Amino acid sequence: MTSLPVSTSSAMPASAAPLRAAYSRAKVGMASLIFMESAFFGTFLVTYLYYIGKSPDGPQPLDCLELGPVTVNSVCLFASSATVVFAVKALARGAVAAFRTWLLITILLGLEFIVGTGLEWNTLINEKGLTIASNAFGTNYYSLVGFHAFHVIIGLLILIGILVLSLTGCIDPRRDHARIDVATWYWHFVDAVWIFVFALVYFIGRVPQDFVGHIPVGGGL
Amino acid sequence: MTTMSPHSTDETMKPLSFWESATRWTMSVDHKKLGLMYIAAGLVFFLIGGVEAALMRLQLARANAGIIDPETFNQLFTMHGTTMVFLVGMPVLLGFGNYLLPLMVGARDMAFPRLNAFGFWLFIFGGMLLYFSYVGSEGLYGAPGAPDVGWFAYAPLTSRTYSRGNSTDYWILGILISGIGSMTTAINFIATAICMRCPGMTLMRMPMISWMMLVVAALVLVAVPVLTAAQVMLLFDRSFGAHFFDPQTEGSAILWQHLFWFFGHPEVYILVLPAFGFVSEILPVFSRKPIFGYGLMVAATVGIGFIALGVWAHHMFVVGMGPTLDSFFAASTFLISVPTGIKIFNWIATMWGGRLRFHTPMLFVTGFIAMFVLGGLTGIMLATVPVDWQLSDSYFVVGHFHYVLFGGTVFGIFAAIFYWFPKATGKMLDDHLGKWSFWLLFIGFTLTFMPMHISGVLGMPRRIYTYEADRGFEIWNLISTIGVPIQMAGVALFLWNVVKSLRNGKPAGDDPWDGWTLEWATSSPPPEWNFDRIPTCTSARPLWDKKHPEDPDAHYE
Repeated sequence: MTSLPVSTSSAMPASAAPLRAAYSRAKVGMASLIFMESAFFGTFLVTYLYYIGKSPDGPQPLDCLELGPVTVNSVCLFASSATVVFAVKALARGAVAAFRTWLLITILLGLEFIVGTGLEWNTLINEKGLTIASNAFGTNYYSLVGFHAFHVIIGLLILIGILVLSLTGCIDPRRDHARIDVATWYWHFVDAVWIFVFALVYFIGRVPQDFVGHIPVGGGL
Repeated sequence: MTTMSPHSTDETMKPLSFWESATRWTMSVDHKKLGLMYIAAGLVFFLIGGVEAALMRLQLARANAGIIDPETFNQLFTMHGTTMVFLVGMPVLLGFGNYLLPLMVGARDMAFPRLNAFGFWLFIFGGMLLYFSYVGSEGLYGAPGAPDVGWFAYAPLTSRTYSRGNSTDYWILGILISGIGSMTTAINFIATAICMRCPGMTLMRMPMISWMMLVVAALVLVAVPVLTAAQVMLLFDRSFGAHFFDPQTEGSAILWQHLFWFFGHPEVYILVLPAFGFVSEILPVFSRKPIFGYGLMVAATVGIGFIALGVWAHHMFVVGMGPTLDSFFAASTFLISVPTGIKIFNWIATMWGGRLRFHTPMLFVTGFIAMFVLGGLTGIMLATVPVDWQLSDSYFVVGHFHYVLFGGTVFGIFAAIFYWFPKATGKMLDDHLGKWSFWLLFIGFTLTFMPMHISGVLGMPRRIYTYEADRGFEIWNLISTIGVPIQMAGVALFLWNVVKSLRNGKPAGDDPWDGWTLEWATSSPPPEWNFDRIPTCTSARPLWDKKHPEDPDAHYE
């Protein structure tokens, strides 16, 4: 569509000066997508919050969840938000080699998060006996953390796609750095979601599950 | 992608083979073709949903009737509600948004044309998946059958225990997929309204309908993902033995109600705001006056958008949420009637002192205002907690929301079809037949839905497949059923009108109604690229300014 000749009337009144859209379509589109995804995650977060302390039977969060491995994963994921910024900045000044290196580091950090989550789930399922069907805690845990991991995988596919495009010479720094920047918004978004998930699941949610009567949250539901 | 070649106009003159024209439509990313396909598919589902309603009315015409067995009746009301909301209301309104938004803001297409086609085909796929359940699912007793859990699919009725087989999974997946289509379209609307406006068209010069579509898109992006998430949870419950909604295993059935209605009530505004947009475009043109209080209309629209997110639990007064939550949601529901009332008064003020022309679109718009006010008033009654305790889940509620969604949204859609049909096809719809359609629909509608308020007050619950003879329901149900064939005659006449006008309707010309917005500035039907030259805009009524250079609106802004 952009190749169409856009002609404007030559005798244009002053008040009809060309409207300069403040934001590109890509930015508005990506912002809308993130807005929508926030509502999606918000639903799972609120549901998780509602069920905290209401799952007295079966494996308990205090017994199952350990802070060690997840902290390493989280540090990697948060760091990847920084490295992807370095990648975009490198691309903006035309340093293609630096761009690819930072992008590769970002992808590796993201992969660490996915592999780490997989190992953690392995422990939970095989040693602690926590599955999606064991109790409301298991249901909420695997749904929330699983959907987040699923989005990290989608983000990784986007980043890997960009890396492949760059390695095959399809990315022109001058032309494309703004687009790549918009694409990385998604990566920042999955990072930001993890802040909420991490805080909710590993701090707020690690309470004894016979707390039902003591927690005011969701009491009215 | 569309290309602007000087030959394409000649090509369209040649008659296309069936295969050529089929591929031209199915492979299109043109917002106009997609919009028309949305509307056409929505009207097909409208007929299907209408037949389902007619069958239910047939069964309810007399006490103790045995035309339809209870299992089938459950499927009918489930599919009627689901179809009308998700496969008629959403696609037809999104289709109009698709068709009109780029034309009215002076753009050559939507912001993301391919995403647009993707959303449309997802909707088609979701709709077909839902209806495939009639033949392909494993319903009650193992035989194929449609979903039968009601359109809001309350837990624990949807759990594995109470909903055997997989018909409920068809409901989940069909709606989930068409919902993803709606969300992509909403992203497209927002990007188009914000980024694609023509030179001079500031936000406060956008046509009212563009504002409505922008707010609708924002509501879709907040509300539909919540339904999607809730449906995924339900799918996990049913497929993996998760414990979200089953109260017997730590789950909460009330949580489903909260999540569903957090989607469900904004959905009502998603369905009615575009119709508000139609009224706000059509009414001024047929009153020969600019819309009264443009800025206030915009503010009221945005206000409705925000308040719509905080009223959902008025569907749940009978749950026993306690006085605090009940009062809050009653108050917020009263509050939302304020911006809605502002709109009604602005429309009346637009008509006031105007030179009214009662062509068919104007008739439907006037009918819309009257019906919608009645539906709004019964809505305020239902927002009053003690009244709701008495009337919840009765036919009074059925009457109420049909006044809003049929008398409101569907009348708005008919007005829009009669108003924009000339633009989309280059032919006028027959005004005489159109007026017959209107009066048949209006009378049939009133006969069907007005008595429902009475049978509801008398205590008739919704969703029952039959009733006893001595309850005083009979006469009101009979009248309701008598209205149905009259409405069907109105719809049949409309369909005949479309066929007849497409074959040999009066040529419309570019601007048959003497309109003021940019879609009338291009040919009918518009070329694939919409405008040979991107138009410019000097006020909220750009075409008025062009037609009346001696007295342009721009002087008064």
